[in-house]
Formats: sequence, C-alpha cells, structure tokens
Amino acid sequence: MTVVVVFLGVIAVIIGWWLAQQRLASKPWLEVGHTHDHRGNEPVPAAKIGLGVFLVVVGALFTLFISAYFMRMASSDWSPLPLPRFLWINTGILALSSVTLHWAKVEAERRNDEAARTSLLVAFAAGLAFLVGQLFAWRALSSAGYFLTSSPANSFFYMLTAMHGLHIVGGLAALGRVTLRTWDAPIDSQRRLSIGLCATYWHFMLAVWLVLFALFSGWANDVVDLCRQLLT
Amino acid sequence: MVDVRSGIGEAVPPAEVEDVELYHPHSWWTRYVFSQDAKVIAIQYATTAIAIGMVALVLSWLMRLQLGFPDTFTFIDADRYYQFITMHGMIMVIYLLTALFLGGFGNYLIPLMVGARDMVFPYANMLSYWIYLLAVLVLAASFFAPGGPTGAGWTLYPPQAILSNTPGGRDWGIILMLSSLVIFIIGFTMGGLNYVVTVLQGRARGMTLMRMPLTVWGIITATVMALLAFPALFVACVMMLFDRLLGTSFFMPAIAEMGEQLQYGGGSPILFQHLFWFFGHPEVYIVALPAFGIVSDLISTHARKNIFGYRMMVWAIVVIGALSFVVWAHHMYVSGMNPYFGFFFATTTLIIAVPTAIKVYNWVLTLWRGDIHLTLPMLFALAFIVTFVNGGLTGLFLGNVVVDVPLSDTMFVVAHFHMVMGVAPILVIFGAIYHWYPKVTGRMLNEALGQLHFWITFLGAYAIFFPMHYLGLAGVPRRYHDLGDASFVTDSVHSLNAFISVAALIVGAAQIVFLFNLAWSLRHGREAGGNPWRATTLEWQTPETPPPHGNWGKELPVVYRWAYDYSVPGAPEDFIPQNQPAPGRVTHEAAS
Repeated sequence: MTVVVVFLGVIAVIIGWWLAQQRLASKPWLEVGHTHDHRGNEPVPAAKIGLGVFLVVVGALFTLFISAYFMRMASSDWSPLPLPRFLWINTGILALSSVTLHWAKVEAERRNDEAARTSLLVAFAAGLAFLVGQLFAWRALSSAGYFLTSSPANSFFYMLTAMHGLHIVGGLAALGRVTLRTWDAPIDSQRRLSIGLCATYWHFMLAVWLVLFALFSGWANDVVDLCRQLLT
Repeated sequence: MVDVRSGIGEAVPPAEVEDVELYHPHSWWTRYVFSQDAKVIAIQYATTAIAIGMVALVLSWLMRLQLGFPDTFTFIDADRYYQFITMHGMIMVIYLLTALFLGGFGNYLIPLMVGARDMVFPYANMLSYWIYLLAVLVLAASFFAPGGPTGAGWTLYPPQAILSNTPGGRDWGIILMLSSLVIFIIGFTMGGLNYVVTVLQGRARGMTLMRMPLTVWGIITATVMALLAFPALFVACVMMLFDRLLGTSFFMPAIAEMGEQLQYGGGSPILFQHLFWFFGHPEVYIVALPAFGIVSDLISTHARKNIFGYRMMVWAIVVIGALSFVVWAHHMYVSGMNPYFGFFFATTTLIIAVPTAIKVYNWVLTLWRGDIHLTLPMLFALAFIVTFVNGGLTGLFLGNVVVDVPLSDTMFVVAHFHMVMGVAPILVIFGAIYHWYPKVTGRMLNEALGQLHFWITFLGAYAIFFPMHYLGLAGVPRRYHDLGDASFVTDSVHSLNAFISVAALIVGAAQIVFLFNLAWSLRHGREAGGNPWRATTLEWQTPETPPPHGNWGKELPVVYRWAYDYSVPGAPEDFIPQNQPAPGRVTHEAAS
C-alpha cells in the first residue's frame, strides 16, 4: 500500500498548498462587509477544475491497482510475463495520438480551424488504432499460451489493460463528440476549451499507460528496489 | 461594536461571480423525474435511500427476532441470518448513510448554502442519481436471485465470500453485490465531482471559505475523502469479480472445498482486507463529517449563539479527514501483522481522538450559556453529542491492539460501531430533516409526533446498544446465528437478548411514526414561512419557499458576514443573515 499512501501524500500536499492560500487563519466573526474574496477576476472554467478532480480520482484508482500488483507480486507463484513486441508500437501510437491532440489544441488557439480539425481526426483515429493494437496484443499473448488465469502476472496484465482501455474508450467518446461539434461551426472559445480538456485527459492516459508498461516490463521493480535501497 | 474590522475589506473590489445560464425544463418529466435541479435530485436521492433503508431496518428486526427468541422462527436459518446481516450492514452504511448525507443533503444544501443557482454540472448530477438508483435496484434484485443475496458479511472477505458454503457465494448473490457497488461508485463519482467543483467555483460573491457554514465544510471534506477512498472499494470489487467469474487468483489462495482442490492458488486474502479497509475506515468519517457539520449548525441556530471556535472546527474537520486515511489497518489487528505496524496504526487511531474531542468540546461550549430552544432539531443534536461521546469512548478501548484482540469478535464491537456510526449519524439525519423540512416543503413537521419519535428512538437506541456492551464483555460472540448451550452463556445473556429484541422492534416501529409525519405534514403541517428558525445561513434567505428552480430569483445573493451572527450585541434581532450588509455603511451595492 506504500504506492497509494505516497500518491495520497502528494494529493494532500496539493490540497494543503491550496488551503494555505485561503486565509484559514482569518477571523470571519470580525470581518463584516466584503472581504478578501481571493478569487481572481478571470475565473478558471469549472470544467477544467472538474477534469482535474476527475483525473485525481482516476489516478487514485490506478495507483490502488498498482499497489495491489506489488502486494500480489510478493507471493511465491509470481512469474513475469514476456511482453509482446507489439506493445511498443501501441505505445508509439498512443503517444502520437497525444501529440496530435496537443497540436490540435495549439492550432485551435491560433485560430487555424482547418488544421485543428484535421489533427482532431488523426488523434481520434490513432486512439482507435491503439485500442485495436491492444486487442492484437491480447491475441498474441493468448495464442502463445498466456491466458488470463494461467498466472497472476497475466491476470494483472489483462485486467489493467482492460481498465486502461475502458478509460480510452470513454475518452474516445468525448473526443468523438468534440470532433463532431467542431466540424460544421467555427471553433469558438467553448470548443477550444473542450479540445484542451481532451488533450489533458489524453496526456494523462498516456502517462498512466507508460507507468503500466514500465510495471509490466519489470523496470518499475528496479525503480522500487532502488528507492528501497536509498531508504534503508 | 462587533464589526471592528468591517470596512477593511471594502477597499478591495469584490470578486465577480458570473451568473450562470440555467437549464430550463420544459415538461413535467424533465421537471420532476429526469430533473437536473439539485433540489429535486436531492429529494430523489433521499427518498430512494430511505426506502432501501427501510428494507435494512426490517432485516435488523428479523435478526433480532432470531437472537432474542432462538428456535422460534424456523424460517430464519443460519444461511438466511447471514444474508440478513450482510445486506443490513451494506445497505445501512453505503446505500443509506453515504447516499443520504452526500447525495441527499449535499445536493440540497451545497448550492443553497454557498449561494449558487445549481450544481455546476447539472447533467452529470442527474446521471449520478439514476446510476445510484440502478445500483440500488441491482442490490435489491439479489433478494430475488436464485440462491438469494450474499451472506459473506458486509466486509465480503474472501475466500469465503465466493465459496459454495457461503450463501450466494456460487450463485448470483455475490456477483450482484459487487456489481452494485461498482455501479454505485461510478454514480457517486459523478455527484462528488459536482459537489467539489460547486464549492470551489459556485460560491456567491463574498462567500469566502471561512464564511461557509460548517455543514458545507463537513460535506465537502467527506466528498473529497469519498472520491479518494471509493476507488479502493472499486478495485477490490473488480478484482473479486475477476476471481469469481473468470477464475483468476488475486485474492484466492490454494483451497480445497468438499474434499476437492479448487482451481485457485497463490492469491492473498489479506490484500483484499487492505483494499477494503483503505476504503472502509475513511467511510466511517465520510458518514461522520457531514454529521459533524450539520450538528454544528443545528446547535448554533437553536442555541441562538455563534459556534464556539469556528476556525478550530474547520481545521478539525480537515485534520480528521486527512488522518482517517492512515488508520485503516486497525480493522485488521486480528488478521495478524508486524507488531510495529500495529503500534503505528494504534497510535494514529488514538491521535484522531484529539480533533474529534476538540469538536465535542466546542459543541458543548457553544451550548454553554446559550439560549437553548429544545426544538426537535436541537433534541436530536443533543442526543447526537451524547451518543457520539459514548460510542467514541468505546473506540478508545478497541483502538488498542491488546484490548481489541479479545473483544474483536464479540458483541462489544457491534455495540461500538452501532453507537458511533449507526445511531449517532442517524440522529443527525433526523435532526436535519426536522430542521430543513420547512425549507423543502414550506411546512413544519408535526411537533407532537416528532417528540414521540424522538423519545422512543433516543431511549430505545440506548436500550438496544447499552446492554450489548455487557454482552460483549460477557464473551458473547458476534455473527453467531444461535448461541446454543455453551457454558459461558448465562441466563442473563438470554434474557438481555430478548430485552434488546423487544426494544429493537419498538424503535423500528417508531420510525413508522416518522414516515407518517413526513407524509402527513406535507399537506397538513403548519405553514412555515421562509425562515421559521430565524437562521442566518443563505438557504433561509431565498425569496421563495420552497426555493424554485434557480433558487435566487433575479439576483444572486451577496455575502457580507459569516454564518454564525446570532445574538450579536446591539443588533435589533438575535440573528443577522449572511447576506445583510454591515449597518450604517455605504456598501458596494448601495453605491452602484
């Protein structure tokens, strides 16, 4: 559970940092009249904050899965899983998708609507390709005899890729909606915001995937071992 | 005068809060059924939670019938008894308390108390309720599934939860339970995002964090905790569903059943316990913190006195929220652990008593020399303080490893957690309903029926749970369907059990009085007016009661003071609403 406690520690620091700016030591009973409402005149859009909070929840979810992974790994029946080469290509595709979305966001901000639309489409297609690629990876594994139940490492691989895939599916649904909406109308500030939010979500899911990939390939263990050695 | 420093802030231009464009319903369906109005959603949440809670109440009656009068009710066999225990616990903790506090009170009070027109994402808010309803229906469906609901205990510990000797283990019971929890968590996340972002972004002009009523502080802290803790339950449920349906071995060790070796092997039941209690302990405070917040407001309003130590109350809520994430393993003392861990978790557990005690002192000091009106909400608030202290004190016993180990599997634990997270929050819920019902419906609840309900519930709860502590110390084990003729079970245990059962039946029946009162007063209650309790907080200052869609009419309220200006010396009345400007000053509003 160390992983999730560290994650929560980081969240606690962020919350504490934010609270520290909210004048929690003020004496509200003495302050009648307008006082120090510290929200700036350019409020952050609610959707942006909403997405941020949601990503924290998703982060907690995957951190807990990873915690479970490490705890289950300690059992004697653990044997690592040979990762199909295919996953490298998938990782590349997801990264491409993430980069194109970022590009879409930049182009939308530069008022280059046409370029933004094109890159949204490319990002969507790449996201879809990633999902198909993951299915191929599953097939490659199962045809090589690595089934869901044959070892705990396999079980975790299938479960976590499925979880991550479901989040990508949800992201694709949102991205598809945004793409359709931008199609026949000029990209206004509302839509620019939507594109930006999609990009943030995509970068986050790419980061989650990279962590999971590191976990499956065993590098994460080396990092954890290193941390342990540093601590002891 | 009190407003020593008023004027200081007035040099600073107030932050503008943009008025939002509201979604307007066009038909009866979108107004009352598929409504995006937080107030309607709150009532839907509350009604559903109370309805499924009544099922859990009946289950507790059945359990008490069996315990009080063994061998009398033959249809309650051991399997049924375990199913009743499991469903009673799970429904009460998750589907009633969590849903009612956060989905019910959260939805109703957050927008009104912070001066918003609605939640920031009304559509997700509506989805949240319908997904919650789906979760309740899936759970209720397990009563009718082949094999009945799961009887694994509300903690659902593997491996027994998915083995064939546990009711529902190899049938539909456990699958429906786990799926229902997964659905509930998805629905809650949608609601929870709303509550957090509404408090962050939707506050009216002048509503700084330190001017928020403690109710909002309690609910919002609990929501943040729930958003971080529920994923642990989600992970545990998904992994157990994999184990049960697809044959993986996340939690299942190598195990033989009926002389047959099962497919499982190598999994760790302790892993499940860690995940479950990583959610399970914060859950206690997810239920308790909204209760803390609400009770602070009830006491302040009905004692006509500002809350004592407001800042300390806010800090205590935040500190309790943070600490509750590092105590989970105190539920696992008997599972065996490194003694250093046990020491660590015992220490953190006992440290939580400090901020909690601060809150209790502050409630009592608020009452001290207050103008206490023994209204129904106040009676329930006082009953809460007493009950919470009682339940909290036995928590100090159980937090210590050496005391916990012998008491862990006895009725003492049952008495402890029912006092502290069963009876205490429920008393707050009652008090809150008596307090806010006039705002929700425009009419007061009947006072005489309310008194009857209060005294039977309060005294009855003590008649049930006080003797249970004694049963625990006498060594009566919990989770037993039938005590049999064991030598340590004395006659007094049996007669006490019968007494507790009779008390439980009476207390349960008293809730029918409450439900009747809710329905009867809707039509026949006394007209309440906009602010019957003469309270300061914003929800009582709406132009219309009950507040219409959009809450505030044409203009959003502006907040000039904190939520507790009661009995201010020199003021013409004994309360000053939060949206009343400082006297004798040219305010921003008047000038423009």
